[in-house]
Amino acid sequence: MEIKEKIFDVYKIRNDFPCLKRKIRGKDLIYFDNAATTQRPKQVIEAIKEFYENYNANVHRGVHTLSYEASVKYEEAHQKVAEFIGAKGMEEIIFTRNASEALNLVAYSIGIHELEEGDEIITTLMEHHSNIVPWQMLRKVKKIKLHYVNVLKNGTLDLEHLEKLLNKKTKIVAFTLASNFLGTITPAKEIIKIIRNKSDAIIVCDGAQAVPHIKVNVKEIDCDFLAVSGHKMLGPTGTGFLYGKKHLLEKMEPFLYGGDMIFEVTTEGATWNELPWKFEAGTPNIAGGIGLSAAIDYLNEIGMENIENHEKELLEYALRRMREIEDIEIYGHKEQDALGLISFNIKGVHPHDIAGICDEEGIAIRSGHHCTQPLMRHFCIENSARASFYIYNTKEEIDVFIEVLKKIKKYFSK
Amino acid sequence: MIEEIYEIILDHYKNPRNYGKMENPDIEYEGGNPYCGDEIKMQFKLKNGVIEDVKFSGRGCAISQASASILTEYLKGKKIEEIKNFKKEEHLKNLGMELSPVRMKCALLAYEVMRIALFGEEEIGK
Repeated sequence: MEIKEKIFDVYKIRNDFPCLKRKIRGKDLIYFDNAATTQRPKQVIEAIKEFYENYNANVHRGVHTLSYEASVKYEEAHQKVAEFIGAKGMEEIIFTRNASEALNLVAYSIGIHELEEGDEIITTLMEHHSNIVPWQMLRKVKKIKLHYVNVLKNGTLDLEHLEKLLNKKTKIVAFTLASNFLGTITPAKEIIKIIRNKSDAIIVCDGAQAVPHIKVNVKEIDCDFLAVSGHKMLGPTGTGFLYGKKHLLEKMEPFLYGGDMIFEVTTEGATWNELPWKFEAGTPNIAGGIGLSAAIDYLNEIGMENIENHEKELLEYALRRMREIEDIEIYGHKEQDALGLISFNIKGVHPHDIAGICDEEGIAIRSGHHCTQPLMRHFCIENSARASFYIYNTKEEIDVFIEVLKKIKKYFSK
Repeated sequence: MIEEIYEIILDHYKNPRNYGKMENPDIEYEGGNPYCGDEIKMQFKLKNGVIEDVKFSGRGCAISQASASILTEYLKGKKIEEIKNFKKEEHLKNLGMELSPVRMKCALLAYEVMRIALFGEEEIGK
């Protein structure tokens, strides 16, 4: 325990992030919008720069040195992602632009080609729009049924409801590993056991919020697919990935068609490249993939367990301090497993004013519906403010934040 | 700090002027900002080309609501001809604070609703 604390030095970590040195209207930037996207350490920025300056070339094409070097690094990035989430190898990792694209890939490749009228998909009310809208598309195109698992008052999924919804017609179950609004970490292992007991459904997990913050091992939880955003875990924007079990990816139809995803093309048709390239049509985001690889190195260096502990500490501290403020409403249970994020409202103050005043003081937080409108409607809220933490945030920053919230409460509440 | 910068806005947000509904208005228009959910409705009573009375109602952030309140105070008793040349920059000046570009939408909602109500749909997006 003592050794870990020595390794995790938040002030040293902060030095790696150039953007954290920004001043906003003369004030130190306090970046609390990490659930939307994180900052990048200089190691990631350097890796991208190095690619462009030293071995910039297309991958899997040329015999020349630069192309070879770029290909090796790009493949290595897949391998690193595979190890990071406990996949068998890089053939199970497809790079995408973000988690949304990863979920769309499953919806199109499996949904369009394998579902039939009357089949059923289950998602939950806790999801980000990206894990709802692709399934709604299938409902429209394939005339399948779409069910939503309820969310209980304490901010957890209603697993009894899930059990009731499951049957032999259930073909896909898609659920999040952690809520971007409530912060709830869902009991994935338990949920997947319930699903496997009652159906042969393909299980799709949205890991956009969980994977950057807690250790996720796909073998341990036994999901079939996992969608992740790279830019929410220190990687470049425009990066994300889909994990899929090899035997499923092998029999799936491609999602996008074109260059690099083929083995052979004739005027009659084409055969597909091997995994994972079958699903990566066209020149990929090579620099992005290499940047993501550097981000994973960075996270590994710090250790996911340390990250989890740090965020837990920040969450507990922030909750305690926020509860000092009268008329503050905090959404979601915080007694069980939760991410370091807090969605809240101050009675009589519009969340846009909260975020607006915070911005005046150099604090970046989110306000709005957080792309979870069905969930917010379920809790009868239109919008809220949200502060979300990451490895570089400190208790001192939370102190500044609390003082600003107190001022807002004092001057703005009617 | 906050109370100084937001002095005028807070005054109007907490004590909105000309707030409420009018019976039998001559003109009314309602607009919203779907991104943040701000809504403003403005109603007018006109006589001989002059705004005899104006009321607003709606919901949203302090900037959007205070901005509407401030605007109604300005409009009351003015000739429509005169308002035609009333620029959005002038309205923003009346708010008494510098706004960041992201809050501009909130501040201009009431102004846009007024333009459309008084000068027609061609004002949309101006």
